[in-house]
Amino acid sequence: MEVTLQNLTKKFPGRGRKKREDVIAVNDVTFKIPDGELIGLLGPSGCGKSTTLNLISGLLKPSAGRILFGEDDVTDLPPENRGIGLVFQNYALYPHLTVKQNILFPLQNLKGEARPSREEMQKKVYEAAGLVQIEDLMDRKPGELSGGQQQRVAIARALVKMPRVLLLDEPLSNLDARLRLQTREEIRRIQRETGITTIFVTHDQEEAMSISDRIVVMKDGIVQQIGRPQQVYDNPENLFVAKFLGNPPMNVFEGRVKEGRLYLGEEAVLNLKGAADRKVYVGIRPEGFVLQEKGPFSCELSGVEVMGRDISVVCKNASSVNPTVRAVIGTDHEVDTENDMIRFSLVSHKVFLFDRETEERICFEAE
Amino acid sequence: MRKSGRSSLKSNLKSWLYLLPAILFLGAFMVYPLIDVFVYSFEEGYNSASQTYFGVGTYNYSYVLHDPYFLQAVKNTFILVIITVPLSTGIALLISVGLSSIKPLKNLFQTIYFLPYVTNTLAVGLVFMILFKKTAYTDGFVNLMITWFGGNSVDFMDGPYWAKMFVLCFYTIWVVMPFKILILTSALSSVNQEYYNAARVDGTSGLRIFTRITLPMISPMIFYLIITGFIGAFKAYSDAVALFGTNLNASEMNTIVGYIYDMLYGDSGGYPSYASAAAILLFVIVLTITCINLLISSRKVHY
Repeated sequence: MEVTLQNLTKKFPGRGRKKREDVIAVNDVTFKIPDGELIGLLGPSGCGKSTTLNLISGLLKPSAGRILFGEDDVTDLPPENRGIGLVFQNYALYPHLTVKQNILFPLQNLKGEARPSREEMQKKVYEAAGLVQIEDLMDRKPGELSGGQQQRVAIARALVKMPRVLLLDEPLSNLDARLRLQTREEIRRIQRETGITTIFVTHDQEEAMSISDRIVVMKDGIVQQIGRPQQVYDNPENLFVAKFLGNPPMNVFEGRVKEGRLYLGEEAVLNLKGAADRKVYVGIRPEGFVLQEKGPFSCELSGVEVMGRDISVVCKNASSVNPTVRAVIGTDHEVDTENDMIRFSLVSHKVFLFDRETEERICFEAE
Repeated sequence: MRKSGRSSLKSNLKSWLYLLPAILFLGAFMVYPLIDVFVYSFEEGYNSASQTYFGVGTYNYSYVLHDPYFLQAVKNTFILVIITVPLSTGIALLISVGLSSIKPLKNLFQTIYFLPYVTNTLAVGLVFMILFKKTAYTDGFVNLMITWFGGNSVDFMDGPYWAKMFVLCFYTIWVVMPFKILILTSALSSVNQEYYNAARVDGTSGLRIFTRITLPMISPMIFYLIITGFIGAFKAYSDAVALFGTNLNASEMNTIVGYIYDMLYGDSGGYPSYASAAAILLFVIVLTITCINLLISSRKVHY
């Protein structure tokens, strides 16, 4: 089911005693989700991503704008008539019911012709349980399950009615690191198998990048960028998106463009075309540094972290916005920790320029 | 091994030392009196002034069990318990559900419903008496209402047994309600909103949400109220005194605790042996009912 959001806005009344300004949680959000895709709503906490999800689910009413499922306008429909499945952050499994009864619960709410027969219900419950592989837990209570198993039960409960759209609110935040990896692949698999358009909310960029067909990056209720994960990573539209994606995060410097050269401090680190002379923010991905003895960019070396797969070089530079600069280099390079200084050359497509005022991306061509 | 044995003995001694104050107080003021009452109940013709008794046996029990006043008190107490506990819990549940579903003035209403709890029982009894009492000058407020609607006035305070029992039950329910409402509203507000959201997304009807989600979620609190309600109602005494005065035997409104009190200090008092026997009987009754309650609740309360 294609999901369309048109100028979606949600205001909450202000709580202050004197300043009663409305809080705009979601601000004029417009985007379209193609049928059968897995979408990650990504942003820092308080950016309005959960509110957006609750608007799509119908638990919240938008202040303005429309929501369309395919051709149907569902903006004024209550949640139960939208055909959605919702998985809550804390799963919200009914603690007094067994796993089976929990999954059965949505079916038993159906009335009239929509209500399946007893056998059909059983069949659907076991189908949903089979999809998330929990058939052997059916008679347990949620309290007797691990976090990962509870998560699966919650997904099965959301899937049992075969919703048109599946919504997941921070599905992995309550799981430990190992389980998180496993569960996110599981979500991917379930989504592929069912083909249900799925929207999930997360603040973890790695999570969103790894399994989403598309990611929607939000900040302060405004959509910053929408696109395929790699595309957004390689072509961030502004400084926020650039800083938010990537682990370790991007290094940001204060620099300037002068006569076709990019200066960091007094060092001309890159020759470029198509950018006018001005002050800029320079974002360099950790993998954009190449160790080179005579490289144009020098830093004060403070340490080396060995990760096994690669090496993190931690250093300092006067023009860096952050206290430290972090460069990730391959293990085939030797870093002489005796030296105080270290020199790099830069990979031009890992270097991004942003306007100092608007923080928008400035495009350039490297020479 | 000896060394560790000795050190464990030492730490045991220490823990007993820490427990000593509590054990002393509880022993002196709870356990000893309990045992003493038990002993008294088997000492026939005990005289508290001379500290003497005639013999040991079960005569006290047989006397109490054959005393029509005691049987009347048992009957009254059971009627009171059976009527007031379910009714007060049910009505309190309805009111708390109502209270938690309204938004404006919620706190005000909660305060109003809690006010009876901080009011003195005897004062409330007096007000009830004025409402229900029929005197030579006036029929009382309640009778006024009844005659308005075309009924016959009833003497609630000195009239037929069922009328007096009605007033006692009405009064008891009214007095115990605030506490139950307080407990239930807090239990209702502690149910995670996410469960209701999940139910809403699944299109659960209001009635089904209440019976399948809300009730099971607050069931531990409901059972707590039922158990304490039973115990409280079995120990009722001051309520009856507030309405009908101290001579409860004459007005057929005595309770078991009232009977015990009368046996000790009332006009017919001075029989600590009979009082002890009655007290032990009450203890047995309450213990049995509480055990049954716990048995049922362990089967019905799921988590």
